[in-house]
Amino acid sequence: MPNVTLRIFRGDRESGKTADYEIPLTPGMVVLDALHYVQKYQAADLAVRWNCKAGKCGSCSAEVNGRPRLTCKTRMDSLPQDKPITILPMKSFPVIKDLVTDVSWNYKVNKKIPAFQPRPGTDWKMWQKDVDRVQEFRKCIECFLCQNVCHVLRDHDKHEEFGGPRFFVRIAGLEMHPLDGVSRTALLKKELGLGLCNITKCCTEVCPEEIHITNNAIIPLKERVVDEFYDPVLRLVRKIRGA
Amino acid sequence: MNDKFETHEHDVLIIGAGGAGLRAAIEALGHGASVGIVCKSLLGKAHTVMAEGGIAAAMANVDAADDWRTHFGDTMRGGKFLNNWRMAQIHAQEAPDRVRELEQWGALFDRTDDGRILQRAFGGHSFKRLCHVGDRTGLEMIRTLQDRGVQMGIDVYMECTITRLLSDAGRISGAFGYWRENGRFVVFKAKSIVLATGGIGKAWPITSNSWEYTGDGMALAYEAGAELMDMEFVQFHPTGMVWPPGVQGLLVTEAVRGEGGILRNKNGERFMERYDPKRMELSTRDVVARAIYTEVKEGRGTEHGGAFLDISHKPAEYVKRKLPSMYHQFLELADVDITKGPMEVGPTCHYMMGGVRVEAETAASTLPGLFAAGEVAAGLHGANRLGGNSLSDLLVFGRRAGVAAAEYAKKQSVASVDSAQIDAAEREALAPFERSTNENPYMLHADLQQTMQSLVGIFRIEQDLQSALGKIAALKERAQRLSISGSRMFNPGWHLCADLKSMLTVSEAVTLCALARKESRGAHSRLDFPKFDPIWGKQNNIISRRGGEMSLQQRPTPEMPQELQKLVDGEKGAGA
Repeated sequence: MPNVTLRIFRGDRESGKTADYEIPLTPGMVVLDALHYVQKYQAADLAVRWNCKAGKCGSCSAEVNGRPRLTCKTRMDSLPQDKPITILPMKSFPVIKDLVTDVSWNYKVNKKIPAFQPRPGTDWKMWQKDVDRVQEFRKCIECFLCQNVCHVLRDHDKHEEFGGPRFFVRIAGLEMHPLDGVSRTALLKKELGLGLCNITKCCTEVCPEEIHITNNAIIPLKERVVDEFYDPVLRLVRKIRGA
Repeated sequence: MNDKFETHEHDVLIIGAGGAGLRAAIEALGHGASVGIVCKSLLGKAHTVMAEGGIAAAMANVDAADDWRTHFGDTMRGGKFLNNWRMAQIHAQEAPDRVRELEQWGALFDRTDDGRILQRAFGGHSFKRLCHVGDRTGLEMIRTLQDRGVQMGIDVYMECTITRLLSDAGRISGAFGYWRENGRFVVFKAKSIVLATGGIGKAWPITSNSWEYTGDGMALAYEAGAELMDMEFVQFHPTGMVWPPGVQGLLVTEAVRGEGGILRNKNGERFMERYDPKRMELSTRDVVARAIYTEVKEGRGTEHGGAFLDISHKPAEYVKRKLPSMYHQFLELADVDITKGPMEVGPTCHYMMGGVRVEAETAASTLPGLFAAGEVAAGLHGANRLGGNSLSDLLVFGRRAGVAAAEYAKKQSVASVDSAQIDAAEREALAPFERSTNENPYMLHADLQQTMQSLVGIFRIEQDLQSALGKIAALKERAQRLSISGSRMFNPGWHLCADLKSMLTVSEAVTLCALARKESRGAHSRLDFPKFDPIWGKQNNIISRRGGEMSLQQRPTPEMPQELQKLVDGEKGAGA
């Protein structure tokens, strides 16, 4: 099989540029395999995050030929091989070194979200159809690719006032849990800036788990916020029913 | 006191943030301890996230006849009776409560028709026992635990590697490590430490384990003076991917067989009929792994040296619903649609049954203040682990380790950390930058893996094991000459130097134990001693450090009480 050239960002917070590495292709090779080849034979200090190599842990996110991808699931044979394959770190997060970025902001946002709390007196019976609906959100592997492409974060840098698609998905998973008894709508509106999302669906497009982030998580959450804050009748009814 | 380095202080320090570490953290915090948890990766990426099949717990939601006694018996039989009986008993008794607790913390399991937690069949379990979420049970478990832990207020130190445990007058006083991000050193002072670092898969080239599984906890415990036990028992999971090369070893969940998957060789024969006609594909992992290995070795393997595993006789929608990540994994990485045709699979190094020797009730190691839970600990699984018993192990003994470490910490004052130990750890960590010997850590790693694969694999024999010991000694020499370029900023080559030290220590322990045990039992198969030996069946191998050297001795297994003996009678030594 032929050799291909990888054009990889090398550098840190202060400075950096791309460097070219030529590697031999093997059958079924993914971009992460190629990066490991570079580490082993050409640049032992090339910084790359990875764990499972099976698309289950969400560690190896990067931008491959301009597209945010999991490098462990991006086949080399799906990319044009007659020119260098460009591999850059995720743009929306500060670079630590090479392809490793500082994603600690995500963990800070996550801390703001109240955990699951069962409704009092539940008998813990749940039905598969109700569980199925929520399990979609719980497939999220926290690769942060959705955060990386969301223009509210990527272009407008609103990290302080916006939670990002990953955490809307997480909240959807809690809010729609059949037995959850907490409301997170005020948090969504006030602290996580759900209103800033104008549903361009960039997040949905890059999700490696194929979660319908916009349609199934964000839009229903927006409806909840609207119901809660802008529909006085519904609000009253809910208050009376205690739901 | 050494104030040269960034220092953090906790009652309880937990090393490793997979299922066992997180469960221990939650419990220790609940017992009023201040808790820090250190992990080599980002939070939520530990190997628990990869666990697919389910959590074994005798809840009897699907098979009403199941109870802890049956689960206990299955675990002992699966472990060929080398298990610590008390651990197996506690595990079987407490697992259902631990699962219910997860549900109460927000985990969403698949359901039965009457709304309870659904359970599936798995190898070696007499009943449908595995509580699951499709084939991503581990992800559900680790998210539930991490979110609860974070909400409760554990301090998480991510991307930090511990290279040495610190001790003071024979008890634990802290740990020394470095931040992966910037290479700076950090000291943790703690009254007690829980090891929850997982296994040693990365010492073999074909493994389901990620880069993190380099035996750190076992090596740290050994270096600090604790005992290791039964290190010869390394589980080769029968079904890893074999093609293409980049994914070789990636796990193919046992749930494929649990859901009815069939194994065939290249001639289309359902070969398990020859190895275990009663349980067929759902035999224990040691048996199925040897069967596939033997088929391949005798020329009946597939094109890429494996066996066919077929689930395509089930409706496509069912396969996609029950095994979604397997469906995607094969479609995207191997161009195989498992709803239409078979997968190619072969054994992959998956799990370490041996590890730090612990007390059953408390998960305490033989070193005061040091505890160990999950894969890093030995005892529960004996000579072979049943699928599904790992996730329940993490919950049951993670919790117990958390309680015991918190209680221990309450009774202790802060121990002092010895600056001489810290200075030595610093010198050792920096040494690869100061050498210009051109010994590359990646090459050394590859050579160690080759040694372990070819000489300490599924089938073992005296001369191979002797030869492996010699090779490991030579590799240890080379490790003294490792050199690395670049800076201390996120430098994977440098990180590998530290990991290699652990891998070499543990590999030596595995080989020594494998050489000593002159019988075949569970995952340990000796070509020169192919049968059970009743004397060895009552002995554990114990590794400890004496005068700077690795020393091995045998100790009798604890005697099982009559009432438990009755539960497993008639099975002893039967090779069930």
